[in-house]
Amino acid sequence: MLSLKQRRSLNTLLMGVLAWGVALAIFFPIFWMLLTSFKTEIDAFATPPQLFFSPTLENYTLVNERSDYLHFAWNSVVVSFGSTIIGMMLAVPAAYSMAFFETKRTKGTLLWMLSTKMLPPVGVLVPIYLIFKDTGLLDTKTGLVIIYTLINLPIMIWMAYTYFKEIPKEVLEAARMDGSTLFQEIWRVLLPMSKGGLAATVLLSLILSWNEAFWSLNLTASEAAPLTALIASYSSPEGLFWAKLSAVSTLACAPILIFGWISQKQLVRGLSFGAVK
Amino acid sequence: MNNKRYLSAVMAVGMTAVASSAMAATKVTIGTVNNGDMVRMQGLSDEFEKLHPDIDLNWVVLEENVLRQRLTTDIATDGGQFDVMTIGMYEAPIWGGKEWLTPMGDLPSDYDLADIFPSVLGGLSSDGTLYALPFYAESSMTFYRKDLFEANGLSMPDQPSWDQMKSFAEQLHKPQEEQYGICLRGKAGWGENMALVTTMANAFGARWFDENWKPEFTGEEWGNAVSFYVDLLGNYGPPGASSNGFNENLALFNSGKCAMWVDATVAGSFLTDESQSRVAEHVGFALAPEQVTSKGSGWLWSWALAVPVSSDAKEAAKTFITWATSRAYSQLVEETYGIANVPPGTRTSTYDNVEYLEAAPFATRTLEAIGNADPNDSTLNPSPYVGVQFAAIPEFQSIATQVGKLISGALAGSMSVDHALKAAQSITLREMTRARYYSN
Repeated sequence: MLSLKQRRSLNTLLMGVLAWGVALAIFFPIFWMLLTSFKTEIDAFATPPQLFFSPTLENYTLVNERSDYLHFAWNSVVVSFGSTIIGMMLAVPAAYSMAFFETKRTKGTLLWMLSTKMLPPVGVLVPIYLIFKDTGLLDTKTGLVIIYTLINLPIMIWMAYTYFKEIPKEVLEAARMDGSTLFQEIWRVLLPMSKGGLAATVLLSLILSWNEAFWSLNLTASEAAPLTALIASYSSPEGLFWAKLSAVSTLACAPILIFGWISQKQLVRGLSFGAVK
Repeated sequence: MNNKRYLSAVMAVGMTAVASSAMAATKVTIGTVNNGDMVRMQGLSDEFEKLHPDIDLNWVVLEENVLRQRLTTDIATDGGQFDVMTIGMYEAPIWGGKEWLTPMGDLPSDYDLADIFPSVLGGLSSDGTLYALPFYAESSMTFYRKDLFEANGLSMPDQPSWDQMKSFAEQLHKPQEEQYGICLRGKAGWGENMALVTTMANAFGARWFDENWKPEFTGEEWGNAVSFYVDLLGNYGPPGASSNGFNENLALFNSGKCAMWVDATVAGSFLTDESQSRVAEHVGFALAPEQVTSKGSGWLWSWALAVPVSSDAKEAAKTFITWATSRAYSQLVEETYGIANVPPGTRTSTYDNVEYLEAAPFATRTLEAIGNADPNDSTLNPSPYVGVQFAAIPEFQSIATQVGKLISGALAGSMSVDHALKAAQSITLREMTRARYYSN
């Protein structure tokens, strides 16, 4: 018969093992991608899969020779940061008005915004392609920034709205009593109080924009193509390509992984903001 | 005086701007697929730009299905994003017929159009007008392990029948040693399992449509072909064959796990490459199997370069594709990458070269296979469509993808062959009726 203390320790141990198991399962594909990027094509296709092999840098050399990585990476940086900045500039005021000046249509509007995420993108491909063609936005970073902003805006507004709802109205009223203008109220009171949540919103938007592939493949050609388009260029129906594809995927994922690693504190704090009252 | 100075300064700036715009290189954007031959073409683009300093090449390389969707969207909406499109034998006659592509007339005299195989030119034309220039072409053939055949006292004919293939597979199938009798495409898709299944069906005397565009899946020929395919691959193929495409089978064969494989002739270069294949010295080549007929038993496909009418750099684009599909380009590839890497299947002169035949042991069979394939006469009974492993009509891609899923399902055991074929008949009939080929 275990004592209460022993049962608690066992529980902690089991939870720890479970957490590690889940974390390793989630991390495994990334680990395998990294490992495959150092294999030859034959080793990458070997069955059973090889854990131990002679590592090679030939895939990275080939990617470097064949593609202008920095051109694609720069496009990714511009479109993901550009769309996130513009998205936040629109999401914060929208969420502010919905959170603190709620009307009977607010909930419906929020649900409608979210419902646009349920539409399969391919359903609107041709109309958007035609609009982009007529406005000269095809294969431009501006075009991608616009489309990414529109894609991520519903989620950004929802997240910001949820965080703003956690802030007591009275705090803002006190600021107003002290003579704050609307801008000062948002800039000096609301944003500092919800910065953890907003940081998580920014990070999520950055990650979603960085990884988006459907629109970037369909609306760009050579000038504005981001890293997702570079990855797609290494897949082939005829020929062995896994090792090269893994190398280019590692290069494409690395910047956002590093960025996420550095800012994980904010991300975790933001995502768990308001979870425990 | 000041005004004069100002005027001359403005004129100088204006003239510089005009001169620099006149000197600016014409940008040609090329949409292409990622495979060895195309990557080599991309690698040699500097050579083209040296010859034509007024043309600047930009590459957009995409996976085949992504590229197909991307190009279709662009050409159908007159988007003008691409000046050169890499398209196949399926798209060329359809897009050409819709006048979406620039006709390939007035080629330079040294291009030597007569050197290109007539079947390849025919597959890239619509109503006698050529709409794309072939970069490389392929058929299908049988690859087999000479060492295993020898050890088991078997002999592969020049063109085996499917019955013979089954008998060989039965004898060479040793799953406990991870040696499988035969590897074939099982992954669903109009360019995946349906390419192989259609050539098998052709060999069994079947056709996609009768003279009135009615599908024939419930006929005896399709029943025989698909039952044979499911039985052969299900019993003597590798585990999980319903998810194997070209690359998976290539990896299996290269690692010595397939005794036989029927697939694209381009696989020959991968299988005989010692840096990729563990069985490079043991690979034998035969024609794709026949059964009641040899008509349409081997497919015909070509990756070709075309100029969409929406391009604003048509002349420069045509200059590029003329260069990339010329004999001079083949010569350049030979000098840079070796003779075995010359784009195969398009020019007679390539196969007249003894050095090429020696460097590429599969070349003679490739030549024979391409010569046998006739997209205008690929079925035992007459059919109304052009194409060996496809029917060159816009509806085919969607129909064959759905039929491919059904046949892959039958192979995986999730439905019977009979059920799959009845469903295929019903889907095809519905789509063809909807496309107004007939009223019911």
